[in-house]
Amino acid sequence: MEIGLSHYLTVAAILFTIGVFGIFANKKNVVVIMMSIELMLLAVTINLVAFSTYLQDMVGQIFTMFVLTVAAAEAGIGLAIVVVFFRNRGSIEVEDINSLKG
Amino acid sequence: MTELPSILPALPELVLALLAIALLMYGVFARTDRTTACTWAAVYGLGLAGILLFLEAGSRVEGFYGQFVADDFTRFAKLLIVAAAAVVLLMARRWMETEGIQRFEFPVLMLLSVIGMMLMVSANDLIGMYLGLELQSLALYVMATIQRDNVRATEAGLKYFVLGALASGILLYGASLVYGFAGTTSFTGIQTAVADGEAPMGVVIGLVFVVCGLAFKVSAAPFHMWTPDVYEGAPTPVTALFAVAPKVAALALFLRVAMEPFGALTAEWQQVVAIIAVLSMIVGGFAAIAQENIKRLMAYSSIGHMGYALVGLAAGSAEGVRGVLIYLAIYLFMNLGTFAIILAMRQQNRPVEGIKDLAGLGRTRPVMALSMGVFMFSMAGIPPLAGFFAKFYVFMAAVEAGLVWLAVIGVLTSVVSAFYYLRIVKVMYFDEPLESLDPIASPTLRVVMGASALVVTFFFMAPGWLVGGAEIAAAALVAG
Repeated sequence: MEIGLSHYLTVAAILFTIGVFGIFANKKNVVVIMMSIELMLLAVTINLVAFSTYLQDMVGQIFTMFVLTVAAAEAGIGLAIVVVFFRNRGSIEVEDINSLKG
Repeated sequence: MTELPSILPALPELVLALLAIALLMYGVFARTDRTTACTWAAVYGLGLAGILLFLEAGSRVEGFYGQFVADDFTRFAKLLIVAAAAVVLLMARRWMETEGIQRFEFPVLMLLSVIGMMLMVSANDLIGMYLGLELQSLALYVMATIQRDNVRATEAGLKYFVLGALASGILLYGASLVYGFAGTTSFTGIQTAVADGEAPMGVVIGLVFVVCGLAFKVSAAPFHMWTPDVYEGAPTPVTALFAVAPKVAALALFLRVAMEPFGALTAEWQQVVAIIAVLSMIVGGFAAIAQENIKRLMAYSSIGHMGYALVGLAAGSAEGVRGVLIYLAIYLFMNLGTFAIILAMRQQNRPVEGIKDLAGLGRTRPVMALSMGVFMFSMAGIPPLAGFFAKFYVFMAAVEAGLVWLAVIGVLTSVVSAFYYLRIVKVMYFDEPLESLDPIASPTLRVVMGASALVVTFFFMAPGWLVGGAEIAAAALVAG
């Protein structure tokens, strides 16, 4: 079987959906949410690289480099916020993020 | 010989970026606390950027190989952003000091987020759009958490981070689909690719994802769930910034994406934007009624206001764009004034946020109560205050575009929202004072409150400067 563009797009779509579901369905740990966010961004990079090859256009790969850089920065800031939250609350369980409600 | 990309169109951004780096170094290496110096330097830098924006008025220039565009539309939006950031910095200074959280990082992060917002407004490419959005968001996540020993502030930051990252991911996925099916990331290229009004299915799906991501960033319903928690938990000066500057930037980006690259696909996004606008107006109107915390109330109020502004976008015409820009400018005055009062709400020198704490303000602090009353009446859209004109221009644009039903829903929901705005007036003037608020200690807050109240009250005498400016800006976007 020939592996074509649509196969890559399908894999990316599945990974992206898993990422989105991971954010909403996860009831345990904030770190899992961070992993889900990473998964979403990596799904996008698969999309971009597949399109880049398909279109014979380098812009998609340049975009990918930017996305990877931003993903690293985002993970850094996200983990910093999680650490600060843990110091105050003593827990990073999702159900303990509940002091603001209304 | 390859030509170097022109970077001069981005001069205001470059000034702010260099200033942010210099202030960061200064703050880190100085031996004593330099918050005040950094704050003033940032304010002057924002002022300089504003002057540079003014000087360039009238032209349309592109830089960075067409990735960056500067025209009158971007200048209008950037002036609003710069003004909002400078005013918030000045208002925040005293508040941060009394709460013991003055840090030189605050003005630095403010500058970085402002650069992100300005890049969003000027983006003419999917890559530039994403990078501007992320620079803005990453700085704002940290600002929400700047009170790092406070459970509520860190929780607000965490929620903002998770949902903001989700929104960025959705927007980015949409951008990748648009790139793949249109074959280019440049807004101009996408415009050419879909010029005949027929687009591949992939572009339309990508467009829907991009619109959802942007709706998250402007906190329009049904993507608004982060807003109340973040507004309530974040330190009040940060909330004041959240309520104004990022909304201007995200809406300006929304306008450009909808009108320029996807201008030929108006039929595809118009319905989506109209539905988002209706839901935002309804959520903003009904959910705010039961609120007891004034910052939470302002969160729902901002959701509603974004709904009204999106009515102008749904019209999809130059009048609509003009209406949105006028709405944003007036919204800026009303919100900065209201937050000046919220920042000044203290009892025995500790900050309070309950609506009940305003009880009897009409007798104990008449000037503060009068200004608050002006802002509340204006937000409810009661003539002849500025808020009425803001709504008038967007609703007129909707009617002219044939969206009469949308304007009717807008008028009905603004009647509902008048209920909770007027409840605050009732609490201030007709309830017995329990414990009076402290007098406003900071002259900055008094000036911001007074100046905004005067602008909002007397806007009807000379609306020309704003309406004319917005018209030029809208013409630059729709014609360009």
